[in-house]
This record gives sequence, structure tokens and C-alpha cells, in this order.
Amino acid sequence: MANNQTRIIIAGFGGQGVVLAGNILARAAVIEDKNVTGMISYGAEMRGGTANATVVISDEKIASPFVEVPDVAIIMNQPSLDKFEPDIASGGLAVINSTMVEDAGSRTDIDRVSVGASEIANSLGNARVANVVILGAFIKRTGILQPRSIVRAIDELFSTKKPAFIEINTNAFNAGYEGAKSV
Amino acid sequence: MSKPSKKILLKGNEVLSQAAINAGCGFFAGYPITPQNEVPEYLSKALPEAGGIFIQAESEIAAINMLFGASASGVRCMTSSSSPGVSLKQEGISYIAAAELPCVIVNMQRGGPGLGNIRAAQGDYFQSVKGGGHGDYRLIVLAPSTLQEIYELTMNAFDYADHYRNPVLILGDGILGQMAEPVELTKYRPIVDLPEKDFVLDGCKGRERRVIKTLLLQPAEALIEFNEYLKKKYAGIESELKLCQKYRCDDADLVVAAYGITARIAEGAVDMARDKGLKVGLIRPITLWPFPDEDFRAVAEQAKKLLVVEMSNGQMIEDVKLSIECSRPVEFYGTGGGWYPTSEKIMEKIESVYE
Repeated sequence: MANNQTRIIIAGFGGQGVVLAGNILARAAVIEDKNVTGMISYGAEMRGGTANATVVISDEKIASPFVEVPDVAIIMNQPSLDKFEPDIASGGLAVINSTMVEDAGSRTDIDRVSVGASEIANSLGNARVANVVILGAFIKRTGILQPRSIVRAIDELFSTKKPAFIEINTNAFNAGYEGAKSV
Repeated sequence: MSKPSKKILLKGNEVLSQAAINAGCGFFAGYPITPQNEVPEYLSKALPEAGGIFIQAESEIAAINMLFGASASGVRCMTSSSSPGVSLKQEGISYIAAAELPCVIVNMQRGGPGLGNIRAAQGDYFQSVKGGGHGDYRLIVLAPSTLQEIYELTMNAFDYADHYRNPVLILGDGILGQMAEPVELTKYRPIVDLPEKDFVLDGCKGRERRVIKTLLLQPAEALIEFNEYLKKKYAGIESELKLCQKYRCDDADLVVAAYGITARIAEGAVDMARDKGLKVGLIRPITLWPFPDEDFRAVAEQAKKLLVVEMSNGQMIEDVKLSIECSRPVEFYGTGGGWYPTSEKIMEKIESVYE
């Protein structure tokens, strides 16, 4: 996380909400007046295929929105961990959805934090909020954004179109924040 | 937390669309193609709400010809596409340039040639600045490198089009179109004088009739005179509208030249080089036509060498060499085929050519 710049990749299968998670993160960064870029992989993706979004948050100008070597990988499922673990910067962090990841990888030079994101989401009554649960764990561990900024970003995103989803997403974020475990 | 940010998070394609609306664009026609689809998506809703007209045309060719008509009626108008679609528009662009009809054309470039792929590229430089259609005409070509600049240049594009009675091309790429970044949507203010549109075809009751045409057969000299007139017009634009940004060039031994998203990525490499004590700067043309040749010549007086970086296998490099009249060696680093350079790779190239 050199130069006050954090390069984040969020990865999972299509439908796990990696794009929405990236959007929430980026909006929260805007709320805190940080520089931020968001880039969603827009290849020929399909539901059930792999999906990833990259977010760069910085106090300085951001040169490239692409993330080759992430400081943080937010991992929603096993194939995403297998694919992106080798790329994580030495000393970086993997945030892992332990419900969907059995083998947390072999790197000894990175930190890991895990949260049963899908399980917690199910217990909240909506499997689709696992993406926001894992954001809770990420923010708890790194502190790069204020929790209230994430909550406000959720509010902004859903208020016009789907206000019914504000409460469950806020609960999901808080549950992830409380449920984060170092591995 | 300090006062709330005025910035909002948007994709480049959305920023461009909102800029068009804020600049008073009243007509948009386009045909879908990745990676610019958020433009018609956004405008299909927002433009009619703002009182304008949105048409999803039956083809790119239809869309550009609709602009011919819309512009002739006096309305500010825009079309948007990506590389293969912009190729289809070239005949219409030549006609619009010949008819001197102001309009804005957007190309969010993707990989080519042919249908290529849907990733970002800068392979359409030649087409954009050397005349993709037939005949002796010029487009004003603007190349933003950040989303804030997309916002400002898109509004400016409508002004330049009206001021010079000339089509303006905004040359972006799939990255700029697709990436999201905070943008402050400042109020629109014209950047140049906006002359009265005395060419508009709006019914000639009570005045002389007007004709907008591009076929000049009689007398035989008519087309010669018209081309002489255009030549003077283009020379006037060249004398007034060369835009360029320089970064850390003052003492630079090596100057990197790049435009659009590539310039921004190269700026990261320039900072890396400076951190290592290498005297490296960046020159970024904002107008690709007219090309800011005097700025390049000025930079070449100080620098020992230039390095051009493009998301292509080398197109702008020709204008760089021409501008400095080959007075310095010009190195090249490019990524063709719809792939982007990284700051790290550009840095490697800088180290390999730096003396």
C-alpha cells in the first residue's frame, strides 16, 4: 500500500455482486474526497463465469485504473483465490469468503482475513448480500475507509431505485465488520 | 470529514453523455457497439428528459447522416461509436466536413483492424487525424485523458464545432469509456465566441433561400475555390487551437509523448523515473489535430531523446517525428491488439533508452 495508494481487486463468479461491491467501495471513497478509479472487467462475461472489478483508492493522482499487483484481493470463491493469490503484492492482504473457499492458499508473505460471507448472508435472509458482508471484513481489517462512508454509499446507491435493500445491505456490512477473523 | 465532495462517481461514457446534455446537445443518433454503449444507454433516458431527441438508428451510417440533417437545422448534435462503427461513418463525416456542419463525433476506440476485439486501443489515430473519409478535409480531434477532462472537452467540442463550423471528433478508448472516476460536473460556459448560425435551413420565408450542398460541378473553378477557402479555414484553426500539456519537461533529458489514457499511465512511469533520479518528462497533445508541433519543437530543444508510447504499433509517432523534423532520436513503445501498457512496462522502456 505504497504512496497512500491501495490497489484492490474484487473477484468471484458472475452473480456474486463483485461489480456492486466495487461500486460501493468507490462511492465511499468519493464521499471521503479521495482519488479513486473503478474498472470492471468487461470481457465476454456471463452469469456463472468469473467476474472481477478493480478499485484504486489513493490520496495522490492515480495513473492507471488497472491492477496488476493488488495490495488487497477480495475473494468470493475458490477459483478466484486460485487465480489471483499469486498476483497479490508481498505483504498484501487476501480477504476471503470462507464459505466458498476451502483452501485459503499457500503464500506465506501475505496476510489473510476471512469471513463466512455467504453463510452470514444466508442467515440474514438474502444470499446476494455476501458481497457486502465481505466488504465489512475488508474495512474492519484495513480501515482505509470509514464504516459510515460505506453505509452512506449503500444508502446513495439504493435510495432512488431499491430503497428496500438499504437495510439488509447495511446489516450485511455490519455483520461482516463484526465477523472478520484473521487466519 | 470536511465539506462534502462536489464530485460524483460516473463512468467515462456517462460523463461524456452528461457533458453533451449540459452543453445543450439537442439531438443524438447512434447504433450500439461495445465499449461505448453507456453513451446511448444514458442519453436514451436523459436526453429526452432534457428536451432533446434520442434516436437509436438502424446503422452507424444512418446515424451520421441524421447528424447532417440535424446540424443543418441548427441544433447541437452528437453521434457516438467505436472503431468499426466509426469506419462506417466516414463517408458521412466527409460530407459533413464539406458542408461545414458543426457536430460532435465520439470514437471510444477498441482493438482492430476489422471487428478486432472489445478491449481498448488507439489504433484509429491515422483515421482520426489524417482524414478517414475522402477529400481534403480536417476534423478537430480532442483526446481527453481523465474523466474530468472528458467532461470539459466534450462541452468544449460543441463550442469549437459551432465556432469553426466544423465537425469535432472526441477520440477516447475503451478504458476511458468504461472506467469510473469522481467528476465535478461544473456549469457549462462557452469557451469561444458562438457566431449566429446563418446557414441554418429553417424555412426561407422573408429571407433569401439557403442551400447546403457538397456537389460543386459548375463552374469548373467552384471546387478549387471552395478547397482554397477550406485551406484557409484549417490554417486558421491550426493557428488558434493547438492544445498540449507538459509535465516535468523543464529539465528533462528524455520526454515521453503520449495521448489519452496512455498519457496518464505514462505519467505514472515519469514519476517512477523521477524517483530514481532520471530526468524524464511527459508531453501530452490534447488536440491531435491540430497537432501541437511548436510545443514538441520546444521540448526537443531541451531533451536529448523522445519516447512515444501508444496503444497501437505506432501512429502518432509519425507526427512527433515530423513536428521535431527528426532533430532528436524518437524511440517507441506500443501495445497493439487491444492491450494497455502499464506504468511499470513504460518505466522499463524508459530505463532501456535513457542515456
